[in-house]
Amino acid sequence: MPSTQLNLATHLVRLDSETDFAGWRDAARRLAMNEITPEDVAWQVEQDGEDRGKDLPAVLADAKLVVPRDFIERAETVICHCDPERFGFLYRLLWRLRSEPKLLSIASDPDIRKLEATEKAVHRDVHKMRAFVRFRKIGEGTDERYVAWFEPEHFIVERNAHFFVRRFTGMRWSILTPYASADWDGEQLAIGPGAGKRDAPGEDDAEALWQTYFASIFNPARLKVKAMQREMPKKYWRNLPEASLIPDLIAGADKAASAMIDRMPTTPAPHHAKVKAKHWPTPEPSDVVAPEAGNIPELCEEAKGCRRCPLWRDATQTVFGEGPENADVIFVGEQPGDQEDLAGKPFVGPAGKVFDTILDDAEIDRRKVYVTNAVKHFKFEPRGKRRIHSKPNAGEIQACRWWLDKELDLVKPNLVVALGATAAQSLLGKAVPITKMRGDVIEREDGLRVFLTIHPSFILRIRDHEDKEAEKERFLGDMRKVKQLMAA
Amino acid sequence: MAALSLREKLAILSDAAKYDASCASSGSAKRDSLRSGGIGSTEGSGICHSYAPDGRCISLLKILLTNFCIYDCSYCINRSSSNVRRARFGVEEVVKLTMDFYRRNYIEGLFLSSGVIRSPDETMGEMVEVARRLRIEEKFGGYIHLKTIPEASAELIETAGLYADRLSINVELPTDEGVKKLAPEKKPETIRLSMAKLRRKIEEKSEPTLQTRKQERFAPGGQSTQMIVGADKTSDDGILRASARLYGSYHLRRVYYSAFSPIPDSSSSLPLRKPPLMREHRLYQADWLMRFYGFSQPEILAGSTDGMLDLAIDPKLAWALRNRGRFPVDVNRAERETLLRVPGLGTKVIDRIIETRRHRRLRLEDVGRLCHSVAKLRPFIIAEGWSPGALTDKAGLRQVIARSCEQLSLF
Repeated sequence: MPSTQLNLATHLVRLDSETDFAGWRDAARRLAMNEITPEDVAWQVEQDGEDRGKDLPAVLADAKLVVPRDFIERAETVICHCDPERFGFLYRLLWRLRSEPKLLSIASDPDIRKLEATEKAVHRDVHKMRAFVRFRKIGEGTDERYVAWFEPEHFIVERNAHFFVRRFTGMRWSILTPYASADWDGEQLAIGPGAGKRDAPGEDDAEALWQTYFASIFNPARLKVKAMQREMPKKYWRNLPEASLIPDLIAGADKAASAMIDRMPTTPAPHHAKVKAKHWPTPEPSDVVAPEAGNIPELCEEAKGCRRCPLWRDATQTVFGEGPENADVIFVGEQPGDQEDLAGKPFVGPAGKVFDTILDDAEIDRRKVYVTNAVKHFKFEPRGKRRIHSKPNAGEIQACRWWLDKELDLVKPNLVVALGATAAQSLLGKAVPITKMRGDVIEREDGLRVFLTIHPSFILRIRDHEDKEAEKERFLGDMRKVKQLMAA
Repeated sequence: MAALSLREKLAILSDAAKYDASCASSGSAKRDSLRSGGIGSTEGSGICHSYAPDGRCISLLKILLTNFCIYDCSYCINRSSSNVRRARFGVEEVVKLTMDFYRRNYIEGLFLSSGVIRSPDETMGEMVEVARRLRIEEKFGGYIHLKTIPEASAELIETAGLYADRLSINVELPTDEGVKKLAPEKKPETIRLSMAKLRRKIEEKSEPTLQTRKQERFAPGGQSTQMIVGADKTSDDGILRASARLYGSYHLRRVYYSAFSPIPDSSSSLPLRKPPLMREHRLYQADWLMRFYGFSQPEILAGSTDGMLDLAIDPKLAWALRNRGRFPVDVNRAERETLLRVPGLGTKVIDRIIETRRHRRLRLEDVGRLCHSVAKLRPFIIAEGWSPGALTDKAGLRQVIARSCEQLSLF
């Protein structure tokens, strides 16, 4: 009982209001610095009290009291709680902090658990006030005002008012509660005394619409009353205009749900046939087999629906080759990467940028060459927000060779550059050791010359700066050779 | 047909929108009305202003512009062959409803979707116009989520992103085959391409511009999607695989799972039964494991026989029971990544364990005080004065834990 404590305590602190943090802080400092133990202090709120600090000892001039920074912030939250013991509790924490500076980090300590539970209760009340305040409009035009009646559990009006200012800046409003009120006139926020429910307007025209919405958005097939009440406890219901509908909605839910399930499917709506005819006409059945693609754009179109291997499932789209159909040289990479998959174009990601720069240095005009990949869908493993490149297997390379062969047929280059092992495997029909055979020109049975080199992404993977530069230089050398071979 | 009143339209067009699961109003840029003198703010975490008896939060005014639709997706109440009553809002009506509701603190903002009428661009154009009027004419600073029509033009999407906090495109079903079967007019290829375009646009606009060095505004709340669960035969493993792909490929903020719900005047091609709510709940839990607990998608159901999540216990516990060799874990020493794998330990509790153990060794009771119950934990952890001994490998452990957790179950 507080009264017995009052009698036993040697020091009585009188605070100005339930949320008088400045008063608490001042008193707590004086008490702690004068070594007055928590047991010897009693706290009470006395709104008309005078000479608050009269019987408290003064702070010694050179004394210092150090507390962790976030203690002050947390204490400001706790002081909003309705528990009358909170002032003493906070002082006890302060007292302990002097000898246990790490106390706030020890989540298993009973006082810290209580601190957290208290903070949580205040935060929840603050959050629920933001959610469940319901304004009612009064007046029109320049007299328009919005007034709400709300019953918070804790002393949170002052703490929460700024949220409503930030949100409803362009509106004049008041929130009335039993212990305090907040009023915003469009320019100034004023905290005033408490009020009664009857001081707030009793109705608002928009509430009928809101109730209609509440009833219609509810899906009776998913009834979960406990989940609703956990988040919207009944104590709030009396001030929520939609809550009066809840009992009937629950009572009718089972019937409404089984009605949905039991109802026999009906015949299609009358307008359905017309919509179908207009927007989704059935294509004329045609016996004509689509002619074989005669140029690159047609081939590219055909490849969009490719299902020759399962890689299409996870990829965004087919990334087809790009470049003039009369190009002298075709560059063949491995497969599109993350960026290529999104853009639908080959060599536009980080490896593509390296490739572009080096082609430029070798004085090869990318616009005049044809660039493509051995495999035309991106193969990857998702890991969080990234896609980790996976190497295509022999079956996938084989399946996609169908497209590469057609590209070679249409472009008829006099040289093909295999960028990396996958490209080489696709072009030569077998795996070859790229690092060993780099720079070699191999003539295929059909007479096509294939130049072997690394894939530019290899350069990107080198960490060491010097090694990286050296590798770039080697790749540039390869591209210069390609340039000579192109001319030959 | 007699003209419908505003209230009738609202009833029809919110009823038509309720099968969309998303109601989130979080994750956008911080914004208030102090400077503009208008109405509305977003402060990071969203607020649920009410709860319907289905336990779902009501945060946004979730409505359709119209439920007339040229598509005939069999799972959808608004499909063109359905006999549902049809209605159409005017742009001005939606703007006014949103402002009237917002001023009374009923909502965080607007979630606007629509059936497709005439052409995708025409429909998308009207939705964008609603968002534009709210932002420009009403100085509205609240949350706007626009459902994007995949076939709409790039210019419209760009304007949509300028005004909306979040854009979303529904993939509808986890596999292309499912879409082809149940939504024959929808093209999964186009849906994928649209998501790819959105990701590129969001990334492009998040780079500071060369001239002003400021970021241009484009859907600061990112993009999300929804998948219907239980309308086709895809297993949970298949669904999670689709989610992992979507998160990785298009950087979605969220994938929503919507238990297929019977709809009035439903198509005969679909299962007519109560929606699988527990399955939906388990999928969300598994989704969380992928996003916040370091699980890769294949791990979650590796070793299960049918590729389905256990309905009786949560997916992390099910995983731990299948991988007992990794336990027990010492709460006083284990790395964060290892603690994240312990059933019953959430990310916040783990942070506090790590903070606390720097100063004192934790006993089983201490851990118990930090989380809801130790029943789930005991077989999997070592603490000061506690070792589970043979308990970890005990046969029938699943039943023991499941029984002791029953009272705490969410449903």
